[in-house]
Amino acid sequence: MNRLKIILILILAGVLLAGCVSKQPSEVQPTVQPTATVQPTKAPETVTLNGAGATFPYPLISKWSSEYNKIKTNIQINYQSVGSGAGIKQITARTVDFGASDAPLTEQEYANVSGILQIPESIGAVVVAYNLPGIQKGVKLSGDVIADIFLGKITKWNDPKIVSLNPGIQFPAKDIIVAHRSDGSGTTFVFSDYLSAVSSDWKSKVGKGKSVNWPVGLGGKGNEGVAGLLNQNPYSIGYIELAYAKLQNISYAYIKNKAGKFIEPTLETTANAAAGAVSILPAGDVSWASVSIVDAQGDNSYPISSFTYLLVYKNQVDQTKGKMLAEFIWWAVHDGQKYSSDLLYVPLPDEVVSLNERTIKLMNYNGQPFIQG
Amino acid sequence: MNKIKYSIFGRSKLSGDFIFEALVGLFALGVIVLAFLLFRELFIESQLSRNTFGLGFLTTSTWNPVNEVFGALPFIFGTIVSSFLALLIAVPFSLGIAIFLSELAPEKLRTPLSFIIELLAAVPSVIIGLWGIFILAPFIRDYLAPPLSTYLGFLPLFQGPMYGLSMLTGGVILAIMIIPITSSISREVIMTVPTHQREAALALGATGWETTRIAVLPYARSGIFGAVILGFGRAIGETMAVTMVIGNSPRISASLFSPSYTMASVIANEFTEATSKLYISSLIEIGFLLLVISFIINIAARILVWKLLKVEGGGVT
Repeated sequence: MNRLKIILILILAGVLLAGCVSKQPSEVQPTVQPTATVQPTKAPETVTLNGAGATFPYPLISKWSSEYNKIKTNIQINYQSVGSGAGIKQITARTVDFGASDAPLTEQEYANVSGILQIPESIGAVVVAYNLPGIQKGVKLSGDVIADIFLGKITKWNDPKIVSLNPGIQFPAKDIIVAHRSDGSGTTFVFSDYLSAVSSDWKSKVGKGKSVNWPVGLGGKGNEGVAGLLNQNPYSIGYIELAYAKLQNISYAYIKNKAGKFIEPTLETTANAAAGAVSILPAGDVSWASVSIVDAQGDNSYPISSFTYLLVYKNQVDQTKGKMLAEFIWWAVHDGQKYSSDLLYVPLPDEVVSLNERTIKLMNYNGQPFIQG
Repeated sequence: MNKIKYSIFGRSKLSGDFIFEALVGLFALGVIVLAFLLFRELFIESQLSRNTFGLGFLTTSTWNPVNEVFGALPFIFGTIVSSFLALLIAVPFSLGIAIFLSELAPEKLRTPLSFIIELLAAVPSVIIGLWGIFILAPFIRDYLAPPLSTYLGFLPLFQGPMYGLSMLTGGVILAIMIIPITSSISREVIMTVPTHQREAALALGATGWETTRIAVLPYARSGIFGAVILGFGRAIGETMAVTMVIGNSPRISASLFSPSYTMASVIANEFTEATSKLYISSLIEIGFLLLVISFIINIAARILVWKLLKVEGGGVT
């Protein structure tokens, strides 16, 4: 029967199709294709280094990409800002040459990906922003007060705890509208990390993470979503990246640091926090899961900040590309830092750069480090 | 292929017709296989979550990525309530539009008007979402919510503070998004009602409205119902616009003024940054549930439509 044959062919084709699809790894499908391997003998050929990860450092990495391409015209750096989580998945699956994450790998993530190096490439600060009609930037807040607001314990702007920190400011007797990120983000990680560090109540009830179980408030998608909520709702409070707040002229609070001073978030005060935390930083090839520079030491350190990391493998499998990658990252943590301030990123303090130098020198091909010294 | 009467069976196996039949058959089968694989993949990938939380996943209202305790109830609630709210708003509008365009509007206006309404369906949802954030949410907060809470505030539905982003805003946005599809399908269904139905009613002395009510709507009932279900299906799966205006807060509240959260939104919001296996698996289980819910609704709608068809002996699905 021909009809039977047709049906058989169709079924066979269907089975084959099913087979093709189900043979794929069951993890989330990576969107970036691995680049073709380059023959070491053909030096002038253009090589693309692919990266994927956090959205926060995207403008900086793009700038690096174009500037580095001017120096090394045969190297193209292609970075996809797909989110830290996706970046970690892709570098774990080795579908990209480098990843980027706003938070250090957790113990579990670190265990999943052997031989990964974590290289702080820039520093981000998170500001506590608000919309209080008639009140400019510079409302003074302390960690426990911020935690109580985001826990829903302080509900009015004229709460004695807020008033006592701000003599001379007349606060309205209005309900506080809390705005937070609804999407998973490094910004939320830094902010909740800070609140966990300064409030045991927050630590036990909410904890830290890229998404957390918010006790109160409205969720906005992205910095722009939170900023939109703040703009539209008088008497609201939220948290956003420093750069975004500065560019959008959003009022933000001065935060009480460990030394008891109220610090305005700026590039300098954030860099101070990172420098103050250098002594606690581990080597680049061990787990950084417990690393945090929030609530850092130092009189002039802004307390809500975090490193953002590049993720690369210590043992590279392609000699040419590995060398190019090592050289690019070396350039990025040295010369590349001069592009930070213009883009409102915090340049790495010298102490962190020298830590990174030691880490980058670990990158090797068959035990042969790319950068000697 | 069974319907082709002058089938090529018996001729050379590699005739053009044979290849054509096999090819189109493959395409048709491909879609079915794809749907099956989608189910299968979501089912397999959500195994960890199903094993960990069991049926409790459906009844737990905690969503805590930090401690890895996941329950889908607030999202299921948010999805279903916002979609029903959208239907509640969209169906009268859509029916009105459909009746106007097919029965009442002057001949010259029908085509341009229906074209404009269908154009609304082509607006990308992120654009509708932005409009929702900047225009609709403040409008609802300032002009719609105050009278609602003043006059209907005794109902739990309209209590509590309103910040703009809320279940109500999400429902209105969804309604706007499903009106084009529901109204244009309803219109086409109504247009297929045979003219003699109308003429019969008119001949009996019915007024215009009576004709529509007695002769047209019952005839088109099952088709209109199908249109409504299609709209419902779109509302359930809609992600971007509703994520931008619903407030993204996984809590169950009786008030439409409270922020809420939908299943599609939580996947869109959290999937990119989810790294732990259980977290990803739980998000995938939500996706699986979303797929199951849409299937159930579509199947239920089909069955209803068939039943109606039998009773009425007419109409269009």
